Amino acid sequence: MTPDLHCTDLTKRFDDTTAVDNVSFSVPPGSFFSILGPSGCGKTTIMRMIAGFLEPTSGDIQIKGKSVLNVPPNKRPVNMVFQHLALFPMMNIEANIGYGLRRAGLPKEEITRKVGEALERIGLPGIGHRKVDELSGGQKQRVAIARCMVLEPDVLLLDEPLGALDLKLRERMKVELKSLQAAFDTTFVYITHDQSEALVMSDNIAVMNEGRFEQMGSARDLYYRPDTAFVAGFVGDSNRWNGRVTKQNGDHVEVQTSSGLTLRGATHQRALSIGDQADAFVRPEAIRIAHNATELASFDNRISGHVTSLLFNGAASRVLVQGAEGGEEVEVNLPQSGEFASLTKGAEVHIGWSSDQANCFAGGV
Amino acid sequence: MRRDAKFGLALLLTPLLLWLSLLIFIPHIDLFLVSLRERVGVGKYDISLANYLTFINEPLYMWTFLRTAVMSVVATVITLLIAFPVSYYIAKMVKGRTQSALFLLCLVPFWVSELVRTFGWMILLRETGIISNLLQSVGLASGPVEMLYNDAAIMVGLVYTSMLFMVVPLVTTLESLADEVVEAGYDLGGNGLSVLREIIIPHAMPGIVSGCIVVFMLCLGNYLTPTMLGGKESLWFTELIYSQFIVRFNWELGAAFGFLLLILSSVIVWGMLRLTGQSLEKTMG
Repeated sequence: MTPDLHCTDLTKRFDDTTAVDNVSFSVPPGSFFSILGPSGCGKTTIMRMIAGFLEPTSGDIQIKGKSVLNVPPNKRPVNMVFQHLALFPMMNIEANIGYGLRRAGLPKEEITRKVGEALERIGLPGIGHRKVDELSGGQKQRVAIARCMVLEPDVLLLDEPLGALDLKLRERMKVELKSLQAAFDTTFVYITHDQSEALVMSDNIAVMNEGRFEQMGSARDLYYRPDTAFVAGFVGDSNRWNGRVTKQNGDHVEVQTSSGLTLRGATHQRALSIGDQADAFVRPEAIRIAHNATELASFDNRISGHVTSLLFNGAASRVLVQGAEGGEEVEVNLPQSGEFASLTKGAEVHIGWSSDQANCFAGGV
Repeated sequence: MRRDAKFGLALLLTPLLLWLSLLIFIPHIDLFLVSLRERVGVGKYDISLANYLTFINEPLYMWTFLRTAVMSVVATVITLLIAFPVSYYIAKMVKGRTQSALFLLCLVPFWVSELVRTFGWMILLRETGIISNLLQSVGLASGPVEMLYNDAAIMVGLVYTSMLFMVVPLVTTLESLADEVVEAGYDLGGNGLSVLREIIIPHAMPGIVSGCIVVFMLCLGNYLTPTMLGGKESLWFTELIYSQFIVRFNWELGAAFGFLLLILSSVIVWGMLRLTGQSLEKTMG
C-alpha cells in the first residue's frame, strides 16, 4: 500500500542555520502520526513544507505516491488546521466550512448539503449561521477541522491546535480529535511540543530535536525503549544520573556516578564499553518503594534513605528520596494502595529497581 | 471618590464641549441663519430661501457643485487603488525596520506645507517645467508642453495630498489581519484573487471606509490644490464660496453655499456607509 505521505531526505536551510536536516518518514493511510519536539526543533518548518508554504532546500515530499514539490499550496491535497485555527472572522460558520467547496466550484445545493453533513459529523448541527466569535474554544476547534475535512484531503496537518485551550478542555479535545480522526478515516499529521498529546493520540510518533528525528515509533516504544538520551529525557519523566561505565557484561553495565553511587543498568543493544561516559535514566514509576529492605531483595539496585519532599498530585503523587550514601534526590511514584498514606517528610524508606528499567546511553558530560 | 471621578470627567470633557459649541455648533447655526437672509434694502433683511433659489437657478453653481462632488469621488477611488497595494506591502510583506522606514517615507511629504507641496507639482508640470523640458530634450515633444491648469493636474494634486490619510487607516487594519488567516485562505484552495476578495478586503473594510471618508472630505473641502493646479475651466466649489465671501462680499449666498457643501458631504458619506454596509461606529471604533 502506498503511504499517504512520504518524505525523503527533507532538508531546509535558512541562511546558515539548518532547520530541518535530512528527515525521512512515511505515514500509512488512515493513521495518526505525530511529530513531537521542543519549540524551535524544526517541526513547524516540516509542516509548512508539506502544506506548501515553504520550499524545501532539498528532498522530496510525496502524497499518495506523487511528488507535490511543484504544486502550489492551494492545489495540494493536504489541508492544515492552524495553531490559532485561523477561522475567517468575516464569515459565519457555514461560509467558513463552505469556503473550500466554493473555491472548488461546487454547485450551491451540494455545498449546503456537505456543510450540513460536516456540522452533523462534528456534533454541532444548526450553528451554521452563527458568527465565529460566538463559539467556544472547543467548538471553534471542531469547526476548523470540519472546514478542512469537507474537502476530503489525503492528509490533514494539525499545527499544535490545542495549544490555546485550557487544560480541562485540552484533555477532552485529545480524545475527541482521536475519535474525529477515526470518524473521518483520514491521515492526520500532528505536531506538538506536548508529549501527553502525542502519546495519547498517535499511532506513530517521531521525536524531533535540532532538525533531526531522534526516534520514530509507537508511543510505547518511545516510552519504554528510547533510542537516545534525548528521547529518554524528553518523553515522560525520568531520574537521570551521569557517570562512567566501570563494568560491562553483555547488555548489563555498572555505572559509577560522580557522587559515588554505583548503578546497574541495561544498554539494550547500545554500544557502551568500560570507561565511557554514560547517562542512566530510570522512570519514577519503575522504582519500588518499601518500608523495609527485605521486600526489595529481587532488585539489583537498592538505596536506603529518607523522604525529603512529598509531591502530592492525586494519583500521580511522588516522593523525593535522598539516599543515605549521598547522591542526587530520586523521584519515586507513590503507590496508591494505602500502605504509604501516612508517609511523612523525613521518614526512613528503601527504594529499588531492576537494572532492566535503567536505560543507559553513551552520554556527554 | 465618585464625586472626584465626576469632576474629572467634567474637566476632561470641557475642552471638547467648548470646541464643539464654539467652533462647530454656533458658527454653523449662524451660517444657517445668514444663509436664510435676503437683503431687501440698505441694512434691511427678510427671511427667505432666495439664496438657495439662486443656487438652483444658476447652472454654473449647480454644475460646479456636481463637478466637485464627482471629481472628489474619483480622486478618492484613485487614492484607494494606489494606497491599497502600498499599504498591503507595508503591513504584510515587510517587517521590522523596513516597515517603519517605508511608513515614514509616506509621511515625509507632509513635513512641508500644502502650498509648497502643490508648488512642487507646478514646477514639474508647467510649460517651462522639468517634465516639459525633459520631453523636449529627448525629442518626444517639438515645443513646450503645458500640463498644468486642467482636471488631470487637479486630480494628481488631490491624490498626492490625500495619500497619507488613506495609507494610515489601511496599514492599521491590514496589520491586524493574521498571516495565518491569509495562509488558510490559500490552503483551502483559494487563489490570489479570491483570497483578496473574500478575506483581505472584507477584513480591511473598516479601514477602507474610514480612509475613503477622510480623503473624500479633504478633497471636497480642498481650496489650494484646485485653485493652483486647475485652470479657468476647472472651478471648485470652495472657490465659489471664497469668491462670494471675499470678492463679492455676498455673505448670504456664501453661507448658503457653505451649507450646501456640508449637506453634500454628509449625504455622500452616508450613502457610502449604506452601500458598504458599514456603520460609523464600526469604522471609527
